[in-house]
Amino acid sequence: MVGIVSYGTYIPKYRIKVEEIARIWGENADVLKKGLGVEQKSVPSWDEDTATIAVECAREALRRAKIDPKRIGAVFVGSESHPYAVKPTGTIVAEALGIGNDYFCADLEFACKAGTTAMQICYAMVKAGLIDYGIAIGADTSQSRPGDPLEYTAGAGGACFIVGRDCIAEIEGTFSFASDTPDFWRREGKPYPSHGGRFTGQPAYFRHIVEATKGLLDKLGLRPSDFDYAVFHQPNGKFPIRVAQILGFTKDQIKQGLVVPYIGNTYSGSSMIGLASVLDVAKPGERILLTSFGSGAGSDAFSFVVTDRIEGIERNPKVLEKIKECEYVDYGLYVKLRRKIRFG
Amino acid sequence: MLPKFWRKIRSRYNLIGSHCENCGSYFYPPRNICPKCRRKGKVREVQFSGYGKVLSWSVVHDGVENFWLSKPYIVALIELDEGAKIVAPLDCNPDEVREGMRVKAVFRKFGEDGEDGIIYYGTKFVPV
Repeated sequence: MVGIVSYGTYIPKYRIKVEEIARIWGENADVLKKGLGVEQKSVPSWDEDTATIAVECAREALRRAKIDPKRIGAVFVGSESHPYAVKPTGTIVAEALGIGNDYFCADLEFACKAGTTAMQICYAMVKAGLIDYGIAIGADTSQSRPGDPLEYTAGAGGACFIVGRDCIAEIEGTFSFASDTPDFWRREGKPYPSHGGRFTGQPAYFRHIVEATKGLLDKLGLRPSDFDYAVFHQPNGKFPIRVAQILGFTKDQIKQGLVVPYIGNTYSGSSMIGLASVLDVAKPGERILLTSFGSGAGSDAFSFVVTDRIEGIERNPKVLEKIKECEYVDYGLYVKLRRKIRFG
Repeated sequence: MLPKFWRKIRSRYNLIGSHCENCGSYFYPPRNICPKCRRKGKVREVQFSGYGKVLSWSVVHDGVENFWLSKPYIVALIELDEGAKIVAPLDCNPDEVREGMRVKAVFRKFGEDGEDGIIYYGTKFVPV
């Protein structure tokens, strides 16, 4: 039995409300909030980046797992905002966790789905007997051009999953669907991403999530009603609700994992934080669907079955409690914290 | 700067210090010799829990390079639960800090050698 042994999350404490960003750009906040399904987003502090977020969520996962860090055999960090273009985030994380020097490691990048791809790699390596435990992290401090619609949703946060055999949630199966679809991109050396506007919807988000989820359900012989919870990638509050409807999942199934209205889109952390929120309350025997989405484009779908071990793991503080513990900033402080002011 | 930082990465990332098994003292940063016991000392490496309390602090209003974005910021003298004392940045509103306040270690950026240089990470503290 291979699956999630432990998990941890980190969400920076600062938040900015949609009203505050809309005030600066002369937009109608009510229309934006209704259209995006987002109330506010998380903002990293000046001394937080993908590496610090990755370390904090991984430390929480390791603390909860109560395993010797030296038994971690692989560290994979998925992000589209790695602090370095050349130099891995993974080695910083591994050093901060004290796992020694005997480990497989790489940084992954596939827009918002790099973290779930890290989970698939760890799953395969544990199943193959190459490692006892693998660490899969999805973390981002996502970028957005000032005044761009993305600015209302591009948040920061991360989640870590330790994959191994003595698991709290078994990976019942996984399925991926990918195609060359240029819906959202950032060219080398550019500070902000570009996107294809509405093109990010039907041919990108919806097609890939629907196909990956259907592929998984067909492979496992399952139906949406067989799941207690479902988590989809959350670029805004509307898309995951609509894709759930298309696939035949109910609002009740996705409610617990829908965190985007309060912290925004945490990119590589997005669906993984949603999964962590579900694990916070899940009971043995329950089945969870997770389907991520990364622009460019692809989706990874997973089916998890919660085991009895979940009762024995520390699950506090819960994701929803972390979301509530926040401090609001105005737009001026936001641009300072996010280094959007260029000097000379 | 680069080799100096690299040599201390382990202790800076993880609050690894020293413990003298002869007199029971804890030290941070790590020491090779116990200053109390000298030759009788039996020093070994120890990983601190990361929890402690504020003994004293300064609010810095004129931030040095790499800290100017966070001014005013707090530099605190913290006594770790194991007994070692450490001077470290405390991420907290200056109006909220008080003597005896419980704090915990977090992993944060300390600074960088400009836009092209290396990024320095280490341990800061936040209120529990």
